[in-house]
Amino acid sequence: MKKTKINEAHYLLKGKMVEFCGWDLPVQYSGVNTEHVAVRTTGGIFDVSHMGEIWFRGREALRAVQHLISNDASKLAPGRIQYAGLLTENGCFVDDLLVYMIRENEYLLVVNAANVEKDFLWMKKHTAGFDVQLEDRSEEYSQIAVQGPVAEKLLQEFTEIDLQPMGYYHFAQGRVQGMDAIVSRTGYTGEDGFEIYFKSDAAAASKLFLDLAGKGEKYDALPAGLGARDTLRLEAKMALYGNDIDDSHTVLEADLGWILKLRKEEPFIGQEALARQKQEGIRRKLVGFELLDKGIARHGYPIRVDGRAFGAVTSGTFAPFLKKPIGLAYLPAEHCAVGDEFQIAIREKTASARIVETPFYKRNK
Amino acid sequence: MAKENLLYSKDHEWVRREGDAVVIGVTDYAQHELGDVVFVDLPAAGKELKKGDPAANIESVKAVSDVYSPVTGKVTEANAKLGDSPELVNQDPFGEGWIFKMSVEQVSELDELMDLKKYEEYLKGIAGE
Repeated sequence: MKKTKINEAHYLLKGKMVEFCGWDLPVQYSGVNTEHVAVRTTGGIFDVSHMGEIWFRGREALRAVQHLISNDASKLAPGRIQYAGLLTENGCFVDDLLVYMIRENEYLLVVNAANVEKDFLWMKKHTAGFDVQLEDRSEEYSQIAVQGPVAEKLLQEFTEIDLQPMGYYHFAQGRVQGMDAIVSRTGYTGEDGFEIYFKSDAAAASKLFLDLAGKGEKYDALPAGLGARDTLRLEAKMALYGNDIDDSHTVLEADLGWILKLRKEEPFIGQEALARQKQEGIRRKLVGFELLDKGIARHGYPIRVDGRAFGAVTSGTFAPFLKKPIGLAYLPAEHCAVGDEFQIAIREKTASARIVETPFYKRNK
Repeated sequence: MAKENLLYSKDHEWVRREGDAVVIGVTDYAQHELGDVVFVDLPAAGKELKKGDPAANIESVKAVSDVYSPVTGKVTEANAKLGDSPELVNQDPFGEGWIFKMSVEQVSELDELMDLKKYEEYLKGIAGE
């Protein structure tokens, strides 16, 4: 099993360790609910070093990125970030990712842990004709996410970068606990927060994590694991690759039309299929639901709409902050309005669910 | 709660004898493994169970797991308090977090369960895996 450079800290903090995408990572420390609520009300510190970091450099770096992604990276300026889809010819997801514009001719693409190798091969293959160098530097980089209302104050104690003026989806480069780092105002929780990318040995990486957790006590911030990361992102309706988005559902079906820029200058993979689908209309759409009956509708539980089988729940949990069972699922286009009801088989029982507005949780800004 | 007087199953249920009936819950080890319990699907009174049948479901944030009937018999009562306070399973697994009561058809079936000493050895075996 692979270990992040922060691995030792998880054992010192008595994290409950599990295998996730080949990595030895904590699912929780004090408990999923406790950590989840901490991130919503104070703060949480996550080791997300398993994420992949792929660099694009060269004269045609922008063209190469544009050719690969659904969003329009030409709108970026240095220090700005964009969420985008890495798409197949059919307009489905190879992965979802963040694009950081480091400077002219240099971009950082942050991808999902499970997809690093697949993405890198895909990117190399489809940018072979461009004047660009791709480099997978996932092994070198550690990543820590500091999330929640106290994130800015807590992290400010560790860095010379002035965090207060940094806007959402912006980043800066500077030192964090003496180490060169990229610090972005991003996250996967639905809260304000930051993600820190840095290169160091295991001792320094573990120390930064432990020091953040230690200083965090003053703010009632807690180290948080993969369990809370998943429930937090789901309350905020942030898609999880492999669950809610994959290579058989398109960007439009995933209700992510806002990251699809069909009219951008550079043609991109999936463009034709999506232009056609946009014209013809989608047959199914990813929606959020609440369970009307007791229980939890989890990933893979079968769905019935008007008595007919229609796929399965893509993500489902008991939402720790909202205190109710919620989930995501693809439903037929003629049956995906807020208020529509459908059925989910929860083992031997059938539970009713109702489509609701999403995100389920939205923070007060 | 005197854990010494309880019997234990390999599925981490505890069983307490109350005359001809038994009270069933899950052990501290089980609640810890489950994590935060958010819903318990309880069996209805009168439901007939064979030894090893799934009797209740415990849903935690992370996962769902079955509580198996440790003996053959009939459900006499389920812990209604768990409807509003499923977290009792975490907070007081051997006490207020009990799950259901049932009559016992064959008292001899109880002999197949473990006493505390054997259960603790069993847990050590799991930890060593």
